[in-house]
Amino acid sequence: MDWQGQKLAEHLMQLLLVCFAVVAFITGYMLGSFQMMMLIYAAGVVLTSLLTVPNWPFFNRQALKWLDPSEAEKHPKPQPAISGPKKKTAKK
Amino acid sequence: MHSFGYRANALLTFAITILAIMCAMASVSDNFNSLSPTSEVQVWNINWFRKKPDGDDEVSLTLNISANLESLFTWNTKQVFVFLAAEYGTPKNALNQVSLWDGIIPSKEHAKFSFHTTNKYRFIDQGSNLRGKNFNLTLHWHVMPKTGKMFADKIVMSGYRMLEAYR
Repeated sequence: MDWQGQKLAEHLMQLLLVCFAVVAFITGYMLGSFQMMMLIYAAGVVLTSLLTVPNWPFFNRQALKWLDPSEAEKHPKPQPAISGPKKKTAKK
Repeated sequence: MHSFGYRANALLTFAITILAIMCAMASVSDNFNSLSPTSEVQVWNINWFRKKPDGDDEVSLTLNISANLESLFTWNTKQVFVFLAAEYGTPKNALNQVSLWDGIIPSKEHAKFSFHTTNKYRFIDQGSNLRGKNFNLTLHWHVMPKTGKMFADKIVMSGYRMLEAYR
């Protein structure tokens, strides 16, 4: 997932769980059925996990911006010192 | 949120935390229940009343127990445990509570009852104090919830008196 997708997944997960919990509690209280509350909430947890946990395409709409290859070549990876005095040179 | 495992973990943790909050709210909702239980117990018959060889009094009773405990049940009630105790004072003990009968009421449909029974548990005194003794019969109940706090209360019924002599 890209950054925006992760943010969307997290917010969607929290919102869906809280909404299902509220609906489940009110329904259970009105019907006088504890079991109904549990069933609605369990269904909500399953639905939310199906919607927010897998890596769906709509979480990947704003692609990550990687560095250009030419920009990366300007800053070569530092080579490890093989022989000679150990001299630390500051290299980017 | 960068991986499957991370998201699954976050979701499950949040879901269980919300579940705990829902259960706490369900328990709090029990406080808004208005209770109106009623009960009546008659001593139908004193079957026998003796002094045991070890010196303690024992009595066998047939009781008529009737009660309506329907108002104790809420959506968050698993069952109601109810027991009947004989209560009296003696020189040795300021308060004696002897459990004579108990039962479990699994649902509201079973909460209104009336029946005859001999005492389920033996009514034995610590000593020989029961002759002519005035005692109360108290119906205690414990409302056991599905989640959260258990409520217990009682109804005291007074005016019972044991026989003056052994029979």
